[in-house]
Amino acid sequence: MSNIPNRQAICDVLCRAAETDKDIVVLCSDSRGSASLAPFADRFPDQFVEVGIAEQNLISIAAGMARCGKKSWAASPASFVSTRSYEQVKVDCAYSNTNVKIIGISGGVSYGALGMTHHSAQDIAAMCAIPGLSVYLPSDHFQTAKLVEALLTIEDPAYLRVGRNAVPDVYSEEDCPFELNKANILRTGGDACIIACGELVAPSVQAADTLLQENIHVAVVDMYCLKPLDTKTLLDVAGNAKIVFTAEEHSPYGGLGAQVAQAVAASCPRPVHSLALPDAPVITGNSAQVFEHYGLNAAGIAEAVRKELNRWKSAS
Amino acid sequence: MENLKRLRWDLRRNVVDMIMAGKGGHIGGDMSVIDILMELYFEQMNVDPRRLDDPDRDRFILSKGHSVEALYAVLAAKGFFPIEEAIREFSKFGSPYIGHPTNKVPGIEMNSGSLGHGLSVCVGMALAGRMDGRPYRVYCVLGDGELAEGSVWEGAMAASHFHLDNLCAVVDRNRLQISGSTEDVMAQDSQEERWSAFGWNVITVEDGHDFEELRVAFEGARSFEGRPTVILAHTVKGYGSPLMENKAGWHHHLPTAEEYEQIIADFEKRKGEADV
Repeated sequence: MSNIPNRQAICDVLCRAAETDKDIVVLCSDSRGSASLAPFADRFPDQFVEVGIAEQNLISIAAGMARCGKKSWAASPASFVSTRSYEQVKVDCAYSNTNVKIIGISGGVSYGALGMTHHSAQDIAAMCAIPGLSVYLPSDHFQTAKLVEALLTIEDPAYLRVGRNAVPDVYSEEDCPFELNKANILRTGGDACIIACGELVAPSVQAADTLLQENIHVAVVDMYCLKPLDTKTLLDVAGNAKIVFTAEEHSPYGGLGAQVAQAVAASCPRPVHSLALPDAPVITGNSAQVFEHYGLNAAGIAEAVRKELNRWKSAS
Repeated sequence: MENLKRLRWDLRRNVVDMIMAGKGGHIGGDMSVIDILMELYFEQMNVDPRRLDDPDRDRFILSKGHSVEALYAVLAAKGFFPIEEAIREFSKFGSPYIGHPTNKVPGIEMNSGSLGHGLSVCVGMALAGRMDGRPYRVYCVLGDGELAEGSVWEGAMAASHFHLDNLCAVVDRNRLQISGSTEDVMAQDSQEERWSAFGWNVITVEDGHDFEELRVAFEGARSFEGRPTVILAHTVKGYGSPLMENKAGWHHHLPTAEEYEQIIADFEKRKGEADV
């Protein structure tokens, strides 16, 4: 674990790009510290806009700037920017097709003990339902950097959610394959597959490695691109598995699990089990405690796979 | 200006024809705002249908997007598209000329219609212009009922914080909204104090249908430095026909055939008076 939070990778890439591209602007809603974007604000004060605690304003201003040629990157806690600013994202970014990249920081349950006001467990569902908006949840800082570099080259709006804390590395400097909107197959195996996104990719890989020692072969896909969902990779992998699992830091409604179930049901029907946060205010605790409580850590994911595979074997 | 005084009645007729053809539209607000739009597009703004992407063009957002029929009539008169096309296609299946502004229509910058967005978008446009040292100005027209949207005031706060003197907002103060008087629905008097408290230069236009008074106001806004300007333009909803004037029921009433004839006759009469 290199102890670099995904948010820091965003700042590093944007700082590098801003040196030569004066059209890149970063906007924050009193969130430059939480977003790790203070270094950008310090180095490029003429390309930084502080709008104060006003997330609706943040998005509309970012869209207006984009309409006038700027490449806007608007960062605010995922819980606020995905719901309070929802209409601004829908209308001013997506419907008007402005070049705004929305960074939802401290996503999921990153703000563990701060409660449901600060958790974003609905953002995948909300953002994926907006036509014209791409949605990404990168798994580690290597992938986050590649994603930001790729998003700098396209003009369409996108939502990018990252967590607050450093997460275990999934990739490395030398080994971080990346193609925009193409999911990565991290493990192969024909017993089951786990389709994961964001911070649940690393524990899914650990779970697969644990299960391999028990002679249970589990494929793992890093589906960082929630929209457009890489259905080709999904169906290739799901088609080889007896049972499909999804793992996400999100409500069970409308997130990765729902999308995967929809695609699998249409093309290669088999059981799909969604491992997600509950449809309830999340228990108080840090991310690790919360994940453990809901069975979303490596041990919990492995146990879910074992249990369902056993059930499947007894039934067949 | 003499041309505008005659043209306003032809454009109002185009608006009514559009609404009749599309079988619906926001006729009352169209009539209150159209003179403001005409003054902007014909006298104030640097826009040219032959140079849609000119980076120095002035920017305009109709935040009260439901008055789009008036905007179509003015854009067509300015040469952005044929008025016959807009009237024929308005609200038709698959048409770009829908009931709110979209950037599929030449001359329209952003999609609007959900109230309370436009001013913040204009703040972004004005900020970008200043960053790039461009001379363009940014104009935003809001409805008075729209001022109940909290997001308007986020935009207002930011515009003065950033000292955006290249931004001018206009409030179409017709005092009526769909449910009745703005003062009964959610009181909007004391606008001078509110905008002043938010750090804006405030210019009140007593007659928002008087091109001369509007011109003085826009020129005042242009020469005012250091802060954004809001023009509070007192208008008459349904202006132009006594049938519609100051009647909340005409917010989006579709005229009957008889009412249509009366409205057009009233416009012709007013046009004749403009010739005197």
